[in-house]
Amino acid sequence: MSVAVRVPTQLRTLTGGTGEVEVEGATVGEVLQALDTAYPGFGERLFDDEGQLRRFVNVFLADEDVRFLDGLGTPIAPGQTVSIVPAVAGG
Amino acid sequence: MSFVTGLRCRECGRRYPTEALHVCDFCFGPLEVDYDYERIAASVSAASIAAGPRTIWRYRDLLPVDDATPVDLGAGFTPLHRADRLAAELGLGELWIKDDTANPTGSFKDRVVSVALTKARQLGFKVAACASTGNLANSVAAHAARAGMTSIVLIPHDLEEAKVTMTAVYGGTVVAVRGSYDDVNRLCAELASEHPSWAFVNVNVRTYYSEGSKTLAFEIAEQLDWRAPDHVVVPIASGSQLTKVAKGFGELAKVGLIDPSPIRVSGAQAAGCAPVATAFASGADAIAPVKPKTIAKSLSIGNPADGWYALDTIRRSGGACAAVTDDEVLDGIRLLARTEGIFAETAGGVTIATLAKLAAGGQVRRDERVVALVTGHGLKTVEALSGTVGPTATIGPTLADFDAAVGDDVSNGASR
Repeated sequence: MSVAVRVPTQLRTLTGGTGEVEVEGATVGEVLQALDTAYPGFGERLFDDEGQLRRFVNVFLADEDVRFLDGLGTPIAPGQTVSIVPAVAGG
Repeated sequence: MSFVTGLRCRECGRRYPTEALHVCDFCFGPLEVDYDYERIAASVSAASIAAGPRTIWRYRDLLPVDDATPVDLGAGFTPLHRADRLAAELGLGELWIKDDTANPTGSFKDRVVSVALTKARQLGFKVAACASTGNLANSVAAHAARAGMTSIVLIPHDLEEAKVTMTAVYGGTVVAVRGSYDDVNRLCAELASEHPSWAFVNVNVRTYYSEGSKTLAFEIAEQLDWRAPDHVVVPIASGSQLTKVAKGFGELAKVGLIDPSPIRVSGAQAAGCAPVATAFASGADAIAPVKPKTIAKSLSIGNPADGWYALDTIRRSGGACAAVTDDEVLDGIRLLARTEGIFAETAGGVTIATLAKLAAGGQVRRDERVVALVTGHGLKTVEALSGTVGPTATIGPTLADFDAAVGDDVSNGASR
């Protein structure tokens, strides 16, 4: 299944400047792996040495942080978008 | 003269120029401002600071932007009150309240926004934007008006009425988003990618913005005659303020304005949004995000960007972190008002109630010089107190009515 992934400014150097790309995958983890295959460099930026999402990387499926779902194992329904968002401060 | 040498990723150490950058391109770690502390030490003194304005800009040598005419409504140099009556109630010794209700828009956010918009203007931005739980919204809208900048403020749809009015009155764009603050923040992070010409104070100029919180530490030290406290109690939302207060004291020691000494830093959260306190209690290293549910809306950040750093700061300093219920928050607001004459918003209630809890548990000690941060004004969140305070009696305009309802017993509203 083809899934749309939204890419933040900081990572658009990897996609040739594009803010949204399409890759294949059935889960969030598969999609992020496919992203690294299609656009090498995503993997080392998103994941730490143990294969976990880095501390300051937030990944959303539709409107929900995947940490509230099943993390990288979360299955993706047709039409859902995956968004990569850096953590921001505020208040 | 600015003493900034560049930006540096707090996680992986990669270096960046002093532009509108907030996260490391490589690992998404937050960027920190680097300074030449040797040159600052040679330039700054207690006397040079004392000769400066009675605002945060008296500490300009230790801020990431230098501008002869900063975007300034007079933020900072708020009172530090010795709080003997509150200390007596809590069984503490030397207790001080840093009263940031006295800032121009009624919260500590004026410190960070004054720094952020001064830097944003210097970088050429014409538009100031933010995601906010309310206090930041008030401050961005006001400072943007002051600077002649356009403001775009995004807030959760269910904010306190005063915070919405106090934002909208300045005439900028205010967008209420159906969702939590974390939803609004995420939208802002995505908007920031689409609108690089807008200065989102908590996104692309966050690196500079967050440095403004150091001025809390600078003022506390100066107001204590250049002595450090032993223990500070700080509310936690994103975790940035707590981290920067600790950084501020560290910088003062680095440039020789205070003697280096261990300062314990403790964190305060509401039980309905306590991701940092929960991690502290369990010993965890990762902060698990939560869905906030508390009257302390200004602290309702379920996914705190600097939560891990706040936790690390607390642990390294030997401090503690605790969470209090909404009822305890209301008790905290009334306790501070009754004993010290300071009316705090719900976040201040969180700080005071947590201080009480940590004092009762022995984590904040009687032999320590303690400073508690009260970061926002109570008028912003009056609805939180509705039904808990009000007139002692409602009477006709006659002596008889007064005697019947109140009589001679007027001590602390005891006749109510």
